[in-house]
Amino acid sequence: MTGQGTTSDGVATEGVATEGAAGAGFAATLLRVLIPVVLALVAGGLILLALGKDPMGYYGYVLQRSLLRWGGFQETLTRMAPLLLIAAGLIVAFRAGLWNLGGDGQFLLAAVASAALAPALSAWLPRGPNLIVCMLVGSLVGALWSLIPALLKARYGVNEIITTLMMSFLGTSLANVMIKLVLRDPDTTVPQTRSLPVDDRLPRLFGTTIHWGLLLAILAVVLVHLMMTRTAFGLRLQVLGANRAAAIHAGLRVERLTLGAFALSAGLIGLGGAVEVLGVWGTVRADWNPALGLLVVPLVFLARFNGYAVMGFTLFFSALMVGGESAARRVGVPQHYVLVLVALLLLFLALVEYLDQTRRKLKGA
Amino acid sequence: MNALLTEPFLVSLLFGAVTAGLPLLLAGLGEQISEKAGVLNIGLEGMMLVGAYTGFLATYHTGSFWLGFLAGGAGGMAAALIVLFLCIRKGLNQIVIGIAITVGAQGLTSLLHFVQFSRSYPRLPAAPILALPLLRDIPVLGKGLFSHNALVYLGTLLVVVLTWVFRSTYLGLSLEAAGNKPAALDAAGVDVIRTRSVAVLCTGFLAGLGGAYMANVGAGLFVPFITGGAGVIGIVLAMLARGRPLWVLIGAALFGASLAMTTALQVAGIDVPTDVVQMLPFAVVMLVLVIFARNSMLPPALGSPYVRGER
Repeated sequence: MTGQGTTSDGVATEGVATEGAAGAGFAATLLRVLIPVVLALVAGGLILLALGKDPMGYYGYVLQRSLLRWGGFQETLTRMAPLLLIAAGLIVAFRAGLWNLGGDGQFLLAAVASAALAPALSAWLPRGPNLIVCMLVGSLVGALWSLIPALLKARYGVNEIITTLMMSFLGTSLANVMIKLVLRDPDTTVPQTRSLPVDDRLPRLFGTTIHWGLLLAILAVVLVHLMMTRTAFGLRLQVLGANRAAAIHAGLRVERLTLGAFALSAGLIGLGGAVEVLGVWGTVRADWNPALGLLVVPLVFLARFNGYAVMGFTLFFSALMVGGESAARRVGVPQHYVLVLVALLLLFLALVEYLDQTRRKLKGA
Repeated sequence: MNALLTEPFLVSLLFGAVTAGLPLLLAGLGEQISEKAGVLNIGLEGMMLVGAYTGFLATYHTGSFWLGFLAGGAGGMAAALIVLFLCIRKGLNQIVIGIAITVGAQGLTSLLHFVQFSRSYPRLPAAPILALPLLRDIPVLGKGLFSHNALVYLGTLLVVVLTWVFRSTYLGLSLEAAGNKPAALDAAGVDVIRTRSVAVLCTGFLAGLGGAYMANVGAGLFVPFITGGAGVIGIVLAMLARGRPLWVLIGAALFGASLAMTTALQVAGIDVPTDVVQMLPFAVVMLVLVIFARNSMLPPALGSPYVRGER
């Protein structure tokens, strides 16, 4: 059933494509991504036309704003940092067959924790150690917030989709409560945590506006990818994800693996929250919730849990967000249009994938 | 403390709980039908949102609330068609398509609303209320529970109907088999794909209906992202209820009450951050799960497409 090598016309089969092999496999993978992107852009353009807007003008503006102009490109790259860290966290969980859908709560609580800690600690610690401590605390908070779902799943097999979703709701509310009642900066009218001075935030990269969090995020994605594909721990997690019963029969310590995968996943997502606050905002306002968790899930799926492919999708998505926000002001197309485009992309990617698989099955048969 | 026991407070709490709880009930029951048949419908939120939009639009243009509810249900069903074709017939990943539906519905309804109304949010007249005879005269309960739009009573009736359908009809048995052992259902000569399709269309209709109620009766207007996570709560309710409609009702009442609590407390002049109250139901459910930890007993075939002859 599963693919071996390449078929006659050089189209990569499943096994090769997931490992992102070079050559023909790479070209086919690229094609499989490019076709849906083009289809989504065309379908989205038709919607714009129906609404009486100029699609070429819109796309041109978004492209120019988010990728071709240096300032916008930096913004796009900066925006990628939290997305990549969330993606890294989701890859660990999804490959281990654990549906951690509580990313928003983990992200926000970690963001609030690091936002509260950083200004307080800056009096005692120099910038570098302070930032490192805050990022570690952020990851720890994220990981802790997944502990109950992880324990319930590991011990009693309670479905983690429900528990992580509920903990996510709880986490977003708790983050607001903490900001409004406990951590509130008395000097501001809008409830928010004390602001971290720009000089104490994550340093910028080589005179750009991009902060170090981006490098950290790329490193995290690469390390996670290597860990999942090249190490014994990763293999155990993959076995767990492929077949839980088989993992138990193979003598793997399923309870421990579940806890470990959850902690790592939520820890990385928490790190994403910390990096976004320490690198960009310096504070967390009440009711701030970028709700990135749900948006990154499909990107990770489309990349088939492959770390390198996730980077491409994240770049595309990030550019769309940056360009779309600006286009809302300049071209008069509401920012919500970006959501439509993302949904179309998901549908077409899934469809192309399906057609590709049926074609291959027909050939194999 | 006395302020909490006055009639206006209790009435507004009960009334608000029912108003906030009905969309959750309808969506939760809908999701339950899907899950029973083995379809994990992550797009529930999107279906509600489409229903809220089409429902609002229909009532706004025709003035009829019943047409609005019908249009809402139809809108939800239209969104469910995507799940039907792509996930049930073609076997595409249910989580990816579900998220696509939710994200797409968020974008599309906001976009269309912007094109039609720009930044204005026209209000609908108050929805017609059917006060049940005799029951409406009971103090507090009469105004809180028995003076609502007729859809509220129909929704509650649906709990009874669904319990009967699940327990003692052929359709209920087919639904359950489609989620537990689709191959057995197939062998018994019932079309698994068709059974699941019916289930998902019902889900879409109920979710859309819930969304339309939320916009037309609950809020009286449509704003982008109006469902605000109600669909996610619906999914949670359906999973916690383990296939029993009555438990969806209990859950919807619990969550509805806590959503209504904040407004009711403001009526009573007590200022509590909304976030604290909103945490309550989730905290209670988590606590229950931790204390009585056990499997939520989902259908074994949940989330996996059925392909005849494949193991």
